[in-house]
Amino acid sequence: MVQYSKVLDASFAALSDATRRGVIERLGRGDASITDLAGKFDMTLTGMKKHVGVLEHAGLVVTEKVGRVRTCKLGPRRLQEVTDWIEKYRQLWEARFDELDVVIEELKQKEKAK
Amino acid sequence: MKNETKVERKSERELVITRTFNGPARIVYEAWTKPELFQRWWVPKSSGLTLISCEQDIRVGGTYRLVFRHPAAPEGMAFFGTYKEVTPNARLAWTNEENGGGQFTTVSFEEVSGKTKVVVLELYPSKEALDEGHALGAASGMIESFDQLEEFLPNIS
Repeated sequence: MVQYSKVLDASFAALSDATRRGVIERLGRGDASITDLAGKFDMTLTGMKKHVGVLEHAGLVVTEKVGRVRTCKLGPRRLQEVTDWIEKYRQLWEARFDELDVVIEELKQKEKAK
Repeated sequence: MKNETKVERKSERELVITRTFNGPARIVYEAWTKPELFQRWWVPKSSGLTLISCEQDIRVGGTYRLVFRHPAAPEGMAFFGTYKEVTPNARLAWTNEENGGGQFTTVSFEEVSGKTKVVVLELYPSKEALDEGHALGAASGMIESFDQLEEFLPNIS
């Protein structure tokens, strides 16, 4: 559990930044070099390297250097762990609220009938 | 058409749940504050849990107590706390005390052109409590597997 908590920590910290979430979203559509990402997000190479470093540290992104180009891709499974965790809450509340919808609809009908 | 349920971790200790309902705030509030209505939706059918009693004394300082039964807990398990804020058709806030001091929940009802946006904010006592699962044990115990629920049961007095 402690280990899991650390993974979550690093992941949430990494995802607290809009640019980094954008990078994850971009890499979800295909691998990209640091240069591509810097261009896309209108940043310096140094700035983008820092963001990618944070994501890499959290295990959300892996990078590989071939020649002079560093290619970034999504990490194997950690984003999934983070989304699974939130998804559990979402499913509970959605199930609740779907049934609340039914109750609200009934109350509305009753009011109309009056 | 059902509306989207959004869940977002707003900070280390806060979770925010948002959903819009197709009805005025007074009706949503009514469904939240009348025990006979509340107990029809708070425990989703898919959870495998049965709500065996539901008491709500909706006023500041009033308490609530929900008792559930599950195949893994035939003797029942109780969730209880105190209302800290009660503003009809607008806001409710309560404590969750079953684990010796859990999250503080605030719900706001905001009506715009006949629809109501509901925002639930859960503030946890610590980052760890949110990470490791007061809610996963308690609330989401409802959608967890039978085994996980059993693991959690010894924590309930």
